[in-house]
Amino acid sequence: MAGLPSRHRSLFLLIGVVLLQVLLLAVQIKRDSQGRLIRVWTVSAVSPVERSGAWGVGKIRDAWRHYFALSDTARQNEQLKRENGELKLEVMQLQGKSAEADRLAALLNFKQKQNKVPMVVARVIGSSADPNSNVIYIDQGVRDGIRKNMGVITPEGVVGKVMESFRDASQVLLVTDHDSGVGAMIADSRIQSPVGGMGEPLLSMKYVGNDDEVAVGSRVVTSGMDRIFPKDLPVGTITQVKPGSQYKQIRVKPSANLEKLEEVIVLLTTDPVVLKPEPVPQSDSSSAAPSKAPGKAAPQSTSTANAAKPSDKRP
Amino acid sequence: MNETYDLRIGESHIEVHKFHTGTILVSLLIAVVLQSFLPVYISKAGILDLPLLITIYFGLSRRNPSTGLLLGTVTGLLQDSLSKTALGLYGISKTIIGYLASSIGARLDTEHPAARFALTAAFFVLHQGIVLLIRKLLLAEPQAWFTKGLLVACLVNATLGVFLYYLLDRFRKS
Repeated sequence: MAGLPSRHRSLFLLIGVVLLQVLLLAVQIKRDSQGRLIRVWTVSAVSPVERSGAWGVGKIRDAWRHYFALSDTARQNEQLKRENGELKLEVMQLQGKSAEADRLAALLNFKQKQNKVPMVVARVIGSSADPNSNVIYIDQGVRDGIRKNMGVITPEGVVGKVMESFRDASQVLLVTDHDSGVGAMIADSRIQSPVGGMGEPLLSMKYVGNDDEVAVGSRVVTSGMDRIFPKDLPVGTITQVKPGSQYKQIRVKPSANLEKLEEVIVLLTTDPVVLKPEPVPQSDSSSAAPSKAPGKAAPQSTSTANAAKPSDKRP
Repeated sequence: MNETYDLRIGESHIEVHKFHTGTILVSLLIAVVLQSFLPVYISKAGILDLPLLITIYFGLSRRNPSTGLLLGTVTGLLQDSLSKTALGLYGISKTIIGYLASSIGARLDTEHPAARFALTAAFFVLHQGIVLLIRKLLLAEPQAWFTKGLLVACLVNATLGVFLYYLLDRFRKS
């Protein structure tokens, strides 16, 4: 190389260096080696720098994202809040639909069980404009076979009776209304007495004598004597018993949830019907002590006059 | 090494530039590190070939073919070491580019941005051609010859090169 001109010296150097690298390539291909030592050195030298760089980039990126680039975050936050609200609304709607499906399934089940009793399921579409009267409106009327004085129930128990029937709607008087009454009896003792409304959530059982033993928690069912409701339909549960001047003061909590009625069943007959018995909760059946035989009909007969005077027979 | 001097070829005077101590080494290392580091965060950065730009710049500036080809060799081998390719692929290609850049730099004035753009684009295409040739002939790896992506990469690298060279000019010894 020393005797070569400088131009040619660099050319030979180029050829030599390229040839060496071609040989290096050939050796790698032949031995299937990847020149591990050189790679180890290079990677060892470069990786700390890269690691530091990555750390620095991460810090800068975090700082940027958390402290500077927040205008987008605010917009995203707004959007997420909006989406969250929409999703909450959707969940509420779905929960409502699910609950509605459950209620309708219960109604359908009840209707299928009582398939020999003519009935129609109606949706509650309104309530009274007068806060003192416990009235609701349902979306079925004369066209659906609904007539005055037909019984209105839910699978849980008695709701009331039809007061007025219109073409496509009906007015229902709830059992809690002052003017309402149901022929009833205590399930275990079979003591009969009408149950009437007082304009408040609890009902009153009116003509049970002071000598009769009545236990709190006893179930009250329909007696069938009013000729509106079938016998043994749940009316409520006794929550309070006090001695009175002549009769006990008995308060009954309605079985049907009258505060949250959405669907009801209208019994499409004013003739006496017999419902198949629904399963009875264990707690209620054990609390009452039977004290008197059935047949105390004197007070009951007076009350049914108020509770039920069927005047409109189904055509 | 600390002085600027003239290379006389015929009647023309081509200035040979010297740089502050460690400038070449540091630039080379930064280029190699960034070449493997940037694509992690910016995927499009994969089309850049910073070690090639460094090789071309210092080849054109130093105008010494021996120094240029050795710089290209070291740069290429470092790049090979940080990739999964066989050692020598980028080594050979950058050796040749380093040699050619130094040789051309000794004959042409390469200070004008347009000349730098054109030379960088040409060297980039040549570099890719050599890489493809090595892959096909020596490594038996099938590769497409020239693609639209290569054209874009060529233009991007040439443009970046003009700005990078301007930056590196700041480290010259006057």
